[in-house]
Amino acid sequence: MTPSPQNGRPAATTSPPALPSLRLVDVACRRGDRLLFAGLNETLAAGELLWLRGGNGRGKTSLLRLVAGLAAPEQGQILWGDAPARRHPQFAQQLVYIAHTNALKDDLTAAESLAFLARVHARDAGAPAVRAALARLGLAGRERTPTRSLSQGLRRRVALARLALETAPALWVLDEPFDALDVAGTATLHSLLAQHRARGGSVLLTSHHLHLDAQAASAGFRVLDLDLLPRDAGAAA
Amino acid sequence: MNGAVFLAVYLRDLRLAWRRRTEALLPVAFFLVAASLFPLGVGPDPQVLKLIAPGVVWVCALLAAMLSMPPLYAADHADGSLEQLLLAPDAGLAVAAAKAAAHWTISGAPLVVAAPVLGLLLGLPAEELPVLFLSLFLGTPVLSLLGGVGAALTLGLRSAGMLIVLIVLPLAIPALIFGAGAAAAVDAGQSPSPHLSLLGALLIACLVGAPPATAAALRIAVE
Repeated sequence: MTPSPQNGRPAATTSPPALPSLRLVDVACRRGDRLLFAGLNETLAAGELLWLRGGNGRGKTSLLRLVAGLAAPEQGQILWGDAPARRHPQFAQQLVYIAHTNALKDDLTAAESLAFLARVHARDAGAPAVRAALARLGLAGRERTPTRSLSQGLRRRVALARLALETAPALWVLDEPFDALDVAGTATLHSLLAQHRARGGSVLLTSHHLHLDAQAASAGFRVLDLDLLPRDAGAAA
Repeated sequence: MNGAVFLAVYLRDLRLAWRRRTEALLPVAFFLVAASLFPLGVGPDPQVLKLIAPGVVWVCALLAAMLSMPPLYAADHADGSLEQLLLAPDAGLAVAAAKAAAHWTISGAPLVVAAPVLGLLLGLPAEELPVLFLSLFLGTPVLSLLGGVGAALTLGLRSAGMLIVLIVLPLAIPALIFGAGAAAAVDAGQSPSPHLSLLGALLIACLVGAPPATAAALRIAVE
């Protein structure tokens, strides 16, 4: 399949070639002896945002982990462009996955934690970039605070500061990114998402926050509701 | 292998250990205390102590290394860092190698340094001390590498600590035999070099074999 056309915003302003689209082909997911969902077909093109909805235990996080390549689907394929995502040479480099765990170390400072994650994922880990990213998330002045003594919301902001380090189009896979954020943090995350989509990046996120309903209409979020997918094939245990 | 990930993880683990200095010293403290129990238990006969000294030092080093193994991946697994590390391109091998290298630097190297002191304490003659030092220098990285496999295999299980010891101790028997045997060979008037060569070969085999096994086990644990 050829790279999908841009939806809405042009990606021509960025120099790297357009991001491949993520394609889920007939994906089924099993946790233990429970089939969470089956027959999932979906395409996420560059510049798009897909909001994953569904009740507790419907497999939102499991689907994100499948997409990130941390688990293998029971059935079906997850394609990045034309190749399976797990074997695509660029996929790991173009993926930013932020789980509900923040991946922070209690004994490291906010700046050290962010710099470590940036270094591991081959992003700019220099002190100025890290300081700017933390400042974007409203953490200026807390760079040297150990993450142990940050509140839940501030720890979430440190984890999300990785998004402020991004400069190239990428696939963001975010598990409940709005959790624990206050009004200002939510606004910052929305501006990061808008900036990211403007440069041709795509987003797959879960959230149970209702304020997204308004966004879904105005900013062109697409919605995928896992409650609407069949799941009875394996008979719930 | 991803060199940037190796360096980042290695340096981060050293930094974390430095922030928790007293915790990092516990294996060495255990090593010294456990080995100094033997004269109390066996009796202070210098002949007996001299005979058992290499074995005592080696067994205590083995147990000290195992004690420090369980937290190796558990903390990273619990806070989500391990997932993030494994998502980086070609990172599995680098993470396994960096973790083993950091474990050796933090827990293994102090044992190597403390071993000659313990040897002296147990009445080991001066010409055997360098051999004991050398055998532990070659042997403790083997323990860190094998322990990494055990820690990765038992990740997320309850009573992982005991399981690691049960999995790794049998695998560590060759290292124990050749390590303690090297010093004993000097005592018997023979050259220690065959023992040390075999220990070196064991180290090379573990360097090649252990990181891929650890990486595979980590992938399964994360899934």
